[in-house]
Amino acid sequence: MDEFLVRAALGGVGVAVLAGPIGCFVVWRRMAYFGATLSHAALLGVALGFLLDLDLHLAILAVCTLISLGLYLLDRNPQLASDTLLGILAHSSLALGLVLIGLLDRIRIDLLGYLFGDVLSVSWTDVVWIWVAAALCLALLGRLWTRLLTMTVHEDLARVEGIAVERMRLAFLLLVSVMVALSMQIVGLLLTVSLLILPPATARRVASSPEQMACIATALGCVSVLVGLAASMAWDTPAGPTIVVAATVLFALTSLVAARG
Amino acid sequence: MSAGGDDTALLCLRDLSVRFGHQPAVDHVDLTVGAAEIVTILGPNGSGKTTLVRAALGLVTPSAGTVWRRPGARMGYVPQSIAVDATLPLTAGRFVRLGQGEGVFDPLAALTEVGAEHLVDAPMRGLSGGEMRRVLLARALARAPDLLVLDEPTAGVDVAGQGEMYRLIAAIRDRHRCGVLLVSHDLHLVMAATDRVLCLNRHVCCTGTPEDIADHPEYLQLFGPRLGRTLAVYTHQHDHAHDLHGDVARGPAPGATRVG
Repeated sequence: MDEFLVRAALGGVGVAVLAGPIGCFVVWRRMAYFGATLSHAALLGVALGFLLDLDLHLAILAVCTLISLGLYLLDRNPQLASDTLLGILAHSSLALGLVLIGLLDRIRIDLLGYLFGDVLSVSWTDVVWIWVAAALCLALLGRLWTRLLTMTVHEDLARVEGIAVERMRLAFLLLVSVMVALSMQIVGLLLTVSLLILPPATARRVASSPEQMACIATALGCVSVLVGLAASMAWDTPAGPTIVVAATVLFALTSLVAARG
Repeated sequence: MSAGGDDTALLCLRDLSVRFGHQPAVDHVDLTVGAAEIVTILGPNGSGKTTLVRAALGLVTPSAGTVWRRPGARMGYVPQSIAVDATLPLTAGRFVRLGQGEGVFDPLAALTEVGAEHLVDAPMRGLSGGEMRRVLLARALARAPDLLVLDEPTAGVDVAGQGEMYRLIAAIRDRHRCGVLLVSHDLHLVMAATDRVLCLNRHVCCTGTPEDIADHPEYLQLFGPRLGRTLAVYTHQHDHAHDLHGDVARGPAPGATRVG
């Protein structure tokens, strides 16, 4: 097997491992639109990364973190419905990112690569980045798991029972930011949310506990990455979208089975 | 800050006001709940009952006055209702376990105590209103609370189920010696075991034993003499049994009517 494929598979699986449990919380907490907003805003991070000559992962992480913090603060004192606010931030930051990239006429940027992923260009450095970040995030998520779950079920109960709800909310927003920054190279900014919500949605049909759902979602995400990569090699299709199509097929198959059973 | 003069006090609200915008939801309320005491807050819809207990629990910031909870006292909270997202696979047993944190009390024992041990593996989504209330109560119990706060524990439960729930709450108080703060809008069904009733219409209309309240002019004015007179001790004659759903478990006797 070619080395670039091994790197792509390792990078993709690393992201899928993290996407499983984080995606479950995104689904349970109904934050899919929040994830979409962050991933749109990530293009602004790409633009700033080129403009300021920064590492792109770090630039994306910085922008996503700032947007998360902004949303967290605005959400505490709502002037607008949160979907309106998310829509404004998503598209204004995407547009601003595109404008900035347009201004950088010194550099040719492969925009499609950022929007739809460029998993075959994953380097060994990227693989290390992905696995270190994923391991740190999973360790944090493991520590916070019960508290996050408790506040997801009922925030007031969690608060009365002594959980620092605001801090948990903030920690989770940061985890989603890291997730978006990592998945850009694999499936691209526009498809990031699908990696977060498709495997958990599929896992829900068979899972009987939150932990089981997270594990199954992780497994399904890894299968989607590997099947998608293989299919994109076989049929010469773009890798990122093919991974998402693989995840969609898994979802459709379980839906059919569930509908019959 | 001191415990407001009472050594056994668990919760002490002093001159508490909560405003939403310019509208006062709770206006200059004083309230103390002591150990093993059952205090019922009674009032019509929109009288600030829920806001008052939320302020007592620290979920709402008061605009004036003070909330004192005995340091270290564990709170058990039973909210009006909860909706678990359809995407979250959660059994009632797991839900009860989530609440205890330090593992104070066996969740199965808590479920058994409220008569819901058969629901331990039941998904939260499928629970009926009455089952949900028992599971919520079990979660609060599993924390071995010093103070149990219940927001409308009988809303949506029929009269027989309400009597059952009130007996359960009284039994819990007797066994665990915890204080109970209870919100209700049931005019005709304030439980006999209530030590004190606080009649709320944003401000405290009157306060006293259930018997005192029933004759209080402010109370009669608030609820009207006809409804007011029906307040008193729970005396419900049963000619049939009810299951957890509030359904009649066996056929009612001829001519029996269900109230409520």
